[in-house]
Amino acid sequence: MSESQIVLEAKGVTKQFPGVLANDNVDFDLRKGEIHALLGENGAGKSTLMNLIYGLHHPDKGEVFVNGNHVAIHSPNDSIAAGIGMVHQHFMLIPVFTVAENVMLGDETTKRGSLDHLAVAAKITEISKQYGLDVDPNALVGPLPVGIQQRVEIVKTLYRNAEIVILDEPTAVLTPQEAEDLFRIMRDLTARGVSIIFITHKLKEVLAVADRITVMRAGRVINTVKPSETDSAQLANMMVGRQVILTVDKKDHEAAEEILKVEGLTVRDQRNLETVHNVSFTVRGGEVLGIAGVQGNGQTELSEALTGLRSPISGKVTISGKDLTGKPPRIITEAGLAHIPEDRQRHGLVLSYTVADNMALCDYYQIPFSVRGVIQPKALDENSRKLISAYDVRTPSPFVNAGKLSGGNQQKVIVARELSRNNVKLVVANQPTRGLDVGSIEYIHSEIIKMRDRGVAVLLISAELDEIMALSDRIAVMYRGQIVAIVDSKKTTREQLGLWMAGAHVEPA
Amino acid sequence: MQVEKQSVSLTKQILRSISEAGLIPLLAIVTAVVVGGIIIIIVGGNPIQAYAGLVEGSLGSTKALSETAVWSTPYIFAGLAVALAFKGGLFNIGAEGQLAVGAVFSALIGYALPEWLGFALPAIVHMPLAILVGMLMGGIWAGIVGWLKAYTGGHEVINTIMMNYIALNTTSFLLNGVMKDPSPTNVIARTPLIAKSARMPAIFDGLRVHWGFILALLAAFLIWWLLNKTTLGFEIRTVGLNPDAAQYAGINVKRTIILTMVLSGMLAGLAGSIEVTGLNYRHELGFSIGYGYDAIAIALLGKSHPLGIVLASFLFAIMRNGASRMQFLTQLPVDLISMLQALILLFVAADAIVRYIYRIKSKGERVVLTRGWGG
Amino acid sequence: MDFKRFGFITLIIIVLFSVVVMVGQAKQPPLLIITSMLATTIAVATPLTLGALSGVFCERAGVVNIGIEGMMLSAAFFGWLGGIYMFQIYDMEAGISIALGVIFAILTGGLMALLHAVLSITFKVDQIIGGTVINILAVGLTGFLNRQLFFGKGSVFGGSVPSSPGVLPTIHIPIKELFSSVCGASTACLENVQAINRVFDQKPIALGAILLVFFSHYVLFNTRWGLRTRAVGEHPQAADTVGINVVKMRYANVIIGGMFAGLAGAYFTIESVPSFEPLLTNGRGFISLAAMIFGNWTPIGAWAAALVFGASQAMLINMQIFRDVIPPQWSFLQESYIVGLTPYILTMFILTGIIGKTTPPAADGVPYEK
Repeated sequence: MSESQIVLEAKGVTKQFPGVLANDNVDFDLRKGEIHALLGENGAGKSTLMNLIYGLHHPDKGEVFVNGNHVAIHSPNDSIAAGIGMVHQHFMLIPVFTVAENVMLGDETTKRGSLDHLAVAAKITEISKQYGLDVDPNALVGPLPVGIQQRVEIVKTLYRNAEIVILDEPTAVLTPQEAEDLFRIMRDLTARGVSIIFITHKLKEVLAVADRITVMRAGRVINTVKPSETDSAQLANMMVGRQVILTVDKKDHEAAEEILKVEGLTVRDQRNLETVHNVSFTVRGGEVLGIAGVQGNGQTELSEALTGLRSPISGKVTISGKDLTGKPPRIITEAGLAHIPEDRQRHGLVLSYTVADNMALCDYYQIPFSVRGVIQPKALDENSRKLISAYDVRTPSPFVNAGKLSGGNQQKVIVARELSRNNVKLVVANQPTRGLDVGSIEYIHSEIIKMRDRGVAVLLISAELDEIMALSDRIAVMYRGQIVAIVDSKKTTREQLGLWMAGAHVEPA
Repeated sequence: MQVEKQSVSLTKQILRSISEAGLIPLLAIVTAVVVGGIIIIIVGGNPIQAYAGLVEGSLGSTKALSETAVWSTPYIFAGLAVALAFKGGLFNIGAEGQLAVGAVFSALIGYALPEWLGFALPAIVHMPLAILVGMLMGGIWAGIVGWLKAYTGGHEVINTIMMNYIALNTTSFLLNGVMKDPSPTNVIARTPLIAKSARMPAIFDGLRVHWGFILALLAAFLIWWLLNKTTLGFEIRTVGLNPDAAQYAGINVKRTIILTMVLSGMLAGLAGSIEVTGLNYRHELGFSIGYGYDAIAIALLGKSHPLGIVLASFLFAIMRNGASRMQFLTQLPVDLISMLQALILLFVAADAIVRYIYRIKSKGERVVLTRGWGG
Repeated sequence: MDFKRFGFITLIIIVLFSVVVMVGQAKQPPLLIITSMLATTIAVATPLTLGALSGVFCERAGVVNIGIEGMMLSAAFFGWLGGIYMFQIYDMEAGISIALGVIFAILTGGLMALLHAVLSITFKVDQIIGGTVINILAVGLTGFLNRQLFFGKGSVFGGSVPSSPGVLPTIHIPIKELFSSVCGASTACLENVQAINRVFDQKPIALGAILLVFFSHYVLFNTRWGLRTRAVGEHPQAADTVGINVVKMRYANVIIGGMFAGLAGAYFTIESVPSFEPLLTNGRGFISLAAMIFGNWTPIGAWAAALVFGASQAMLINMQIFRDVIPPQWSFLQESYIVGLTPYILTMFILTGIIGKTTPPAADGVPYEK
């Protein structure tokens, strides 16, 4: 397998975006029937390279060869014609369409002017049988679990006879077991001659599944290696460009009094579906309770209900004995909540406000920021300068709009604002490091642990199992709106948690 | 040293941002004037003569200047109304209706209150009361739409337009009925004249420019102060820019939406009240028509900044006031002005077109003024 | 269309019809009132139906179109003007002039929509602002040209509005002729058949609009074009990744939508009455949008909602006929200004979502950026 024919080759690809050199003279090749992993941090340029190959962006320089022939790729039509298919990190599926409609879109079969659903459904059934994908062509895509949606995406590429399949961060939304399942599908595909580019930032996965690994950093290819010739530490080093400490330094857990108490909480989402059922747990001062689970199992609505963004249907939420069920965010904040929201650009920041304004976004109405209804710019300024240096926010000035900062620095603005408040008793951090570079991740992890060590209660919600395991003292697993298990983090394993995340009812060990 | 350098660069930055903010509207006006000139030539007119007529008719004499100020007064109020709503993330197309409601109620208080009470009111009470009631009714009229937006998600764009038609129908009903001027010579739908005690005095003898003009300038300053210096202004702007973040930050989004709409309606109502108490001394049907769209154009041209709105209002007043002179000189219909204004608006709204024509690079940040139907 | 909304529509129509029947039965038999109400409803719902279809195509493709009002207004003007030019200046036959007028109107709608497309798709102007610009431009342009061309200096028409070639003829569907034999000698039966026939005696745009509703529904939900249109309105990135040209699809649909609005404009000045007056569309473009929203962005649903508005307008028209027999305790029905509020209040009520919330296409109003 190792020295078979090269099916795809990119030579000297360069792409400049405003302010970033996303790809700098990148060379990459893919051999027939191999899984070639493309490894790198967020923002290393992996997705850009693939979008260039797939025709969604156009390279400033460089060429692409398919089966040795130079191909000019101007749009996805060209890459589809060349036999390239791509499964994007954010699925390119239309929720209100059926599986068949999604699959045929752009390559429709018609009969006397009408869409021929039957023919398409038959072909989908055939493909899914052949590769063990098991999708129902007539199902509506929206309500399908993410694992199945991903299969629909794979069917979409095979429906177009793709021989080269690009998978962009495919495991980000999967449980460990679902990921194993995906790896099996990937091996099935390669066994039938399909070649796969597997984009990820997870070291364990590439070592488990890849035939070759190419590491990218800051828009450049650092090296291409074989899994047998490398290890996690070396790969991490290549990815980040320095020694990385893969574990979080954390002292032993000193449990204190109960801060957050949640009893029988039930919440509905905006479609009026009950996404959190009868959830109960407590978080003590000085501990981190991690909530593990695949995205979309009610974590969003749970955190919204705890922070006042959404009213629960029933149940009770108390902080230090004070009943805060269904209270608006301001009351909860004043009772001691610090909230690092899931979507920092949607909830956490006003992007066209300055860093200084954003750093007082929740306290603007209080002295010293406001006196008798009038904003005090001097107080905002002083506060922001203090926080910028204390939390190492990289910004040219406090008067720069938050939208101009990098993702990591935007998150630091939020972390600084929330954790610096002087009455904090409880931190709710939802996906606090999603999409960030390793440096920012390490920093935010250390700040969360600092809060815990100061005796603050921390509720950490994350879809990254590694993050949950590294930071939490106790771990609760959420599945379909319920807490299916709460365990001591030292007394469990990834596999055990993965089973719970997938809904298996296993008695805690 | 470092601090000083920073503050210098900050002033520079502010100056630059002002000139940048003004540049696109200015170029839009220039482009519209050129395109308007071409249209004048096509229909067989002389554009230079036409534009000279406009300027002469609006700025050529003390009286012309006074009339321009008179024209600009309701524009400033109505433009501020739309701009304030824009800042709060709301699109108020209903200035026209709010203005009509304000005018009707000011007129009612102006002519009927002494009758109801049975005694004459002193001007110091009567005039402010007439204005206040008109302003409040404008606020309530818009507040209904704000409430619908906040609590039902009914989109303010369609609702404000519906409220315009409701206002127009209702005022037609009133002005043709119970509120109709009973004087035997009257055949049109208008109210009786308001009492002398409800009238706003002129600033100078012999000129029509009244204190309402000063009030309009004052309102522009107050709105600027409110938006940029107060906690309430911070809340309005935050809801306007990012309602999700506003909710997260503990701002009562629903209340702010309603309040923004009420304030906006109060400004539009003032436009009507001031015209009644300061200029016409009555409300006449049809007077309000067209103000809603003009107000939108002014708010966009003024980039929703109070100073910009004052300047844009002057420009619109110059065009309206100079139009009759233009018509006299060139026989071009006054309606040409409406088209000229539409062209200005087109080029202001589509600043990308202006940037494209004059090869000006965009700063990359898109300002979102309104949102889709999502509510 | 779900049961709740369908029920609401039926209920409102029944209520509106009942009021007219109750008032008018002193003057005319109920069947005649009902059939003439139906005929008027279908006729006056025409521009609303077409306007709503215009909105459906634009918004299904992801472009909010608040400029329908302006598109209708300018199409009404230029269609009418085109007819006059053909008839008076080029001496064409009245019939041909009228037909060409309709084509002018459709093209005007398409051109205004092209402007909206350039603004909102190419230049990514805020789409609601873009639509408002279309509306203001239409008012300015038609107001100016209406004055300049007919009364301006050196006008070809020399200071007066010439007569237009007229309006489209009524198409007679021979129900009366077909069924009169069934009645035999019974005059009552004959009268009933005649009354029913009135419902179907409509003009071409009114009948065409109904056919277009079903045709649009078929295109949108059963064809490749429809699938792609809905895809770019729901998730343009997804459409792009399978090789669909998002910009082209959006342009095409906005222009198609504009042509529907243009046909709606033709209704006012070529089908309904042969004259133009400034601002004659009177908010019906906006009411169309409400119908589109209430119809959940589907052609058939939007048509049903448009019929409700049509019925409320038909009631106003019929109240004028029965003005003299309105009972004194119902005297407010004499006030056309008050009865005339019905469609506007109905619109606001519908938008509250009390009768069921509707969901716009996910990418409606969002410019596409790669």
